[in-house]
Amino acid sequence: MNKVENNKAWWLVLPVVLLVAFSAVVPLMTVVNYSVQDIFDVNTAYFVGAEWYREILQDPRLQDSLMRQFIFSFFVLLIEIPLGIAVALMMPTKGRGASLCLILLAIPLLIPLNVVGTIWQVFGRTDIGLFGWALTSIGVDYNYASNPIDAWFTVLLMDVWHWTSLVALLCYSGLRAIPDAYYQAASIDRASGWAIFRYIQLPKLQSVLVIGVLLRFMDSFMIYTEPFVLTGGGPGNSTTFLSQTLTQMAIGQFDVGPAAAFSLIYFLIVLLVSWLFFTTISHLDKAK
Amino acid sequence: MAEIHLKTLAHSYSAQPNSPADYAIREMDHVWDQGGAYALLGPSGCGKSTLLNIISGLLSPSEGDVLFDGQRVNDLTPAERNIAQVFQFPVIYDSMTVFDNLAFPLRNMKMQESKVQKKVLEIAEILELQDLLQNKAKNLTADEKQKVSMGRGLVRDDVSAILFDEPLTVIDPHLKWKLRRKLKQIHEQFNITMVYVTHDQLEAATFADKIALMYGGQIVQFGTPRELFEKPNHTFVGYFIGSPGMNFIEVSRSDGGVEFDGLTAPLDADLLDFLAQIPSNNLKIGIRPEFVHVSVESITGSYECDVTHIEDLGTYKILTLELAGNVLKARLDEDQQVPNNKAYVSFPKQWLKLYVDEYLVEGDSK
Amino acid sequence: MTARMKKPSVLGTYSTSKKSKIDTKTKKKIGISAYIFFVLLPIYWLLNMSFKSNEEILGGLTFWPSNFTFDNYAVIFTDPTWYMGYVNSMIYVSMNMIITLLVALPAAYAFSRYKFTGDKHLFFWLLTNRMAPPAVFLLPFFQLYSSVGLFDTHLAVALAHCLFSVPLAVWILEGFMSGVPREIDETAYIDGYSFHKFFVKIFLPMIGSGIGVTAFFSFMFSWVELLLARTLTSVEAKPIAAIMTRTVGASGIDWGVLAAAGVLTIIPGLLVIWFVRNHVAKGFALGRV
Repeated sequence: MNKVENNKAWWLVLPVVLLVAFSAVVPLMTVVNYSVQDIFDVNTAYFVGAEWYREILQDPRLQDSLMRQFIFSFFVLLIEIPLGIAVALMMPTKGRGASLCLILLAIPLLIPLNVVGTIWQVFGRTDIGLFGWALTSIGVDYNYASNPIDAWFTVLLMDVWHWTSLVALLCYSGLRAIPDAYYQAASIDRASGWAIFRYIQLPKLQSVLVIGVLLRFMDSFMIYTEPFVLTGGGPGNSTTFLSQTLTQMAIGQFDVGPAAAFSLIYFLIVLLVSWLFFTTISHLDKAK
Repeated sequence: MAEIHLKTLAHSYSAQPNSPADYAIREMDHVWDQGGAYALLGPSGCGKSTLLNIISGLLSPSEGDVLFDGQRVNDLTPAERNIAQVFQFPVIYDSMTVFDNLAFPLRNMKMQESKVQKKVLEIAEILELQDLLQNKAKNLTADEKQKVSMGRGLVRDDVSAILFDEPLTVIDPHLKWKLRRKLKQIHEQFNITMVYVTHDQLEAATFADKIALMYGGQIVQFGTPRELFEKPNHTFVGYFIGSPGMNFIEVSRSDGGVEFDGLTAPLDADLLDFLAQIPSNNLKIGIRPEFVHVSVESITGSYECDVTHIEDLGTYKILTLELAGNVLKARLDEDQQVPNNKAYVSFPKQWLKLYVDEYLVEGDSK
Repeated sequence: MTARMKKPSVLGTYSTSKKSKIDTKTKKKIGISAYIFFVLLPIYWLLNMSFKSNEEILGGLTFWPSNFTFDNYAVIFTDPTWYMGYVNSMIYVSMNMIITLLVALPAAYAFSRYKFTGDKHLFFWLLTNRMAPPAVFLLPFFQLYSSVGLFDTHLAVALAHCLFSVPLAVWILEGFMSGVPREIDETAYIDGYSFHKFFVKIFLPMIGSGIGVTAFFSFMFSWVELLLARTLTSVEAKPIAAIMTRTVGASGIDWGVLAAAGVLTIIPGLLVIWFVRNHVAKGFALGRV
């Protein structure tokens, strides 16, 4: 598109800017403000500089939570990306079967996050849940409320159930964009199924996969509601991830200063990866 | 190489075809001989891509049989028929180098790497790609990519035929003729059956030994370019081939020949007999602009007409004339005298063709 | 050099792979059916529970209610504390969708058609908001909306959600708009359309599926979100999600009603998917979620 240079376009963008500024910039300024002060009450606050940042970064609670968070996101990506690709490859390509598949796969994405948590909270229980009951009847000793490994397993399974569809739908649309002629040529060249995947499908899925990976990383890194409803962060704090720790500090304990500092660090990590996202996409677009 | 026989072949895209209009390919019976270079020529929508896909195996015909060397191959895929096909846009494996692209079909056949090496180099040289072998395929220009697509078809020893579906569509005009010549060269060298689909008669004429002209789902004529030019079987052939196409005048019967608007054109006795026997009133005479005889003065058997337009194209001129309400075009060489307002045209008998119900009527004497 | 081709055996040495063709197709069918079974299983279980009484649920595991009952649903439809939750959620989600579209459409148009100072940076900044952890905004939002007197209103939640849905909307819409050539705009001006008329009568219909996709995604985000919606409300605008998380009665958790409530939250989603199913495929195809 040949864009016309015109600064009057700012008028069109103004509503967005104002709205987002109100929603984002103002609160962020507040957070920054709090992060460098020690607040006793409404009228008594002292500037403490980077003290909260230092304290926070050394706080074992934060360090543990961060570690858990990275491990969680790692497993999420490890399972959901290949599984999503596999599901996309198995989906019917056209007709009513395809529409039906799309609708059914999209269902988990539209369930309120807490309901997702509740569904799995029930599903995993050994007394009233199908999954828990099934496992115990075949002799597996499973209890997500008391066993940290079981808890992790259940949280991961829930996330896979919840979000793999997103990766699958992204990849599906990427695959649909491949013209038939490529498959025909591959058939003429006597390519095996694996070769077709490796040389035709995977390269064309590249840009879509980058988006999928980054979105899943971001959203899993910021996850709060589902594990909170399912395990409450337990047993103990074995499934307490970053968002929950932050929320506990900010609201539960009213430790506003450190919470604010924590918030900013959290946001900075996210920003860094956002930047990676943006530059990768721009490079891909340019390469096209 | 294979001899490809299309036997009582017809194809309809709808499940219950009712009328001829439902058929993309109307019933035909056609043989493509081994080792020939053929063009499948026709306007958009005439069914040539459908026919090509039936030959290659990408499409299974709804009626009739496709036979390769006498064996029915209807249910076999292109790979199983050993067909190579080149598409309209280059289809290459982006993530591989040119070398790997060309080697791909051979490696899939589990050929020994030394043999693969040899074959790829041989084909790369013919296509003048030898300097690009180590480059990533996605960085090539459109014509280089198309050459790679072609190369993948040529690299196999066992191809039964190579089919081209308007392969020069994305190529720059000044490179088109180069690639066409290359294809012709390859055909002469390897002698593989090649079928080339196009809507461009120039491409068809320069590439093919024989052209199959398609119209409305049928092959209306199959012959050398010269045959199509001098003896069009069907008014469509006359209209489509040649630039400009054949002139047609609607006529009705009269004594000794046919007449239009009071003017008569005499016909030979055998044609007259034929005319007498058939009831149809759809009669036309046709003559190519190249064969219309134009003179500035009246001569016996000529018709007077008005000159409405003269187009000077350098080595020849195209005259647009009006004769009794019909628009005619005639072609004059550069050294012929150019008439001003009035011209006298005559139609030499050997070039004047009679068409009944759009089909050519040939006399016995011919 | 005239290379002579060996005469090939036409049918080659290849097994007619028809048999394995059938296998691959069936394999795919089995695979996708298995995955869909996995997706639907927990939902079936929720449905199952919603038609049972609490006694039956706690009494023992049954695959189908032995005493099929609509009581749980009846509770929700008759008790205002329950059904108002749905109403509230619907209200702020719709508000969010409308505000998002109203604000994002002109902005997306600007990004699509014009170059202006700071445009790339602005676009990037917008995207970063999509990537912001909601937890970061909890306390500041609480204070901000309280201070402007918007606490516990639908508008507050709608606006808060805009922080995330607007960048997404601008991004998706810009993609669709860039697919419409400039020439259309110019032709309209030549034909005498004012910008406003052109935008509404000509442009919008052309990006119909883009608007559908955007509406879908903003619905999706707003409907499923809990944290902010709960933080910014207390009584008046309490969303169904918050009500569900506070359902612990004196006699323990009311599983039947909870299950019924859960089932009812899935239905709006299903309806939305159904209506925009064709458009969403296109939206995903742009790869911009």
